[in-house]
Amino acid sequence: MEARIGMRNIKSNIFKGIIVFFAFLITVPLVIILLYIIKQGAGQVNWKFLTGTPAPVGEAGGGIANALVGSFVMVMTASVVAIPVGMAAGVYLSENPRTKLAYYSSLCVDILQGVPSIVVGIVVYFWLVKPLGTFSALSGSIALAIMMLPIVIRSTEQTLKLLPDSLKEAALSLGVPYHRVILKVTIPCGFAGILSGITLSIARVIGETAPLLFTAFGSPFVSAALGKPMESLPHLIFTYATSPYDDWHNLAWGASFILLMFVLTLNIITKVITRKWKIQL
Amino acid sequence: MENTIVKAENYNSYFGDNHVVKDVNISINKHEVIAVMGPSGCGKTTFLRGINRMHELIPGATSTGKILLDGENVYDMNAIYVRAKIGMVFQRPNPFPNLSIYENVVAGYLLNGIKVSKADKDVIVEKSLTSAALWKEVKDSLHKKGTFLSGGQQQRLCIARAIAMQPELILFDEPTSALDPISTSSVEALFHELKANYTLIIVTHNMQQAARVSDRTAFFYMGELVEFDDTKQMFTNPTDQRTQNYITGRFS
Repeated sequence: MEARIGMRNIKSNIFKGIIVFFAFLITVPLVIILLYIIKQGAGQVNWKFLTGTPAPVGEAGGGIANALVGSFVMVMTASVVAIPVGMAAGVYLSENPRTKLAYYSSLCVDILQGVPSIVVGIVVYFWLVKPLGTFSALSGSIALAIMMLPIVIRSTEQTLKLLPDSLKEAALSLGVPYHRVILKVTIPCGFAGILSGITLSIARVIGETAPLLFTAFGSPFVSAALGKPMESLPHLIFTYATSPYDDWHNLAWGASFILLMFVLTLNIITKVITRKWKIQL
Repeated sequence: MENTIVKAENYNSYFGDNHVVKDVNISINKHEVIAVMGPSGCGKTTFLRGINRMHELIPGATSTGKILLDGENVYDMNAIYVRAKIGMVFQRPNPFPNLSIYENVVAGYLLNGIKVSKADKDVIVEKSLTSAALWKEVKDSLHKKGTFLSGGQQQRLCIARAIAMQPELILFDEPTSALDPISTSSVEALFHELKANYTLIIVTHNMQQAARVSDRTAFFYMGELVEFDDTKQMFTNPTDQRTQNYITGRFS
């Protein structure tokens, strides 16, 4: 018996050792990627890099202002479309989980989440770019919005489902009409969860290249016109990284660094929001 | 008749095909404390929620018959108006977690978008919290979140929130079942004071509580209103055998 217990302890410890090892192992690639991009990219970043536009081939220097502005404009436009639509759908799903419509729209959200981003790009190309006859920031934004939707819907739905019914009843028993109950009680109480879903969805789409390839296309000019082609950070990285010039490769590294920092910051903001703004029920 | 505030006439409630409240006729006077008691699943809470039309919010729930509030059938009025006129306090304290104590008291105005001046709001908050016997405890922390209070204080905050809307009638759905004994006695003490200005209908599981706080008691069993009488009379000399069985603890 004694010996068996000793054996069991050894097995437990081996098992513990294995899971600790793998938990540690998964952090290694992330750290290596981070360090590598910082090493290659951080040195490229300076004022001229952030404010300049791409230099013609053969000339040294050049900046990524066109991509910075482009990514910002398109992600903002996508947010303006996806956030209200996604939140409304999320509210419906959490409020009426048992209806037929809820069943089918929930199914669609799941499928939408699994659609490859390049496919979203093609679809938007045929829906918007072809009929309008031009690549445009607007079509890029719509493609990004479609990518954002499932994340916003799910996070809204999950957050609101966790709120107790008693909260809604408290408001209804005061004679508050349904729409005000949702807008003034339900959504504010679940705000932290919804907002973290929104920041996560932004962090997700800001790095998307595929849906922008044949929608926003790319442009060497700083532009905020939604009807015209527009550059974006991931697309700029793609074109520069696949070019034959060393100078452009450096620009791609710099842009990667900026993009990475941006995503990292958004993720940290999300964590802080969920911790600080979480409402004690 | 002058004195009647709530009157149910042939009132029935259903959850789908399930007949939970059967043909209830009851007449409740102003400034009375009514206890509604009965075993679990007897329809007492459903009846209570029928009075301010909260019952119908549950999918599949319906009702027939009339409930007259000051002579007017609540089912002919706008549900939102009915609910604003009748206060309600729930089983579990449910202050709004996103609002401060101050905002919780005036939540009925804030959430309904009723414009009230700051000075008037201050008056309403102080008066309601005083009536709910909570003012002394929270007057220095009015702008803290309501959820920082203890369970008993939260429940009194919910009572203050109901009082702030100046209802004539306040419904209590097992208001002390989630509270500790000390908080329970503070809420019970409050019922005696509220009686002067309001009519209270209290659903309770606890027979001692019904005996302690109420003027008249209604006994529900299997969805029927079995007996409705002076509390003293009912606890000492019930007329119906089922009431007697319940009071003496033959079933619960």
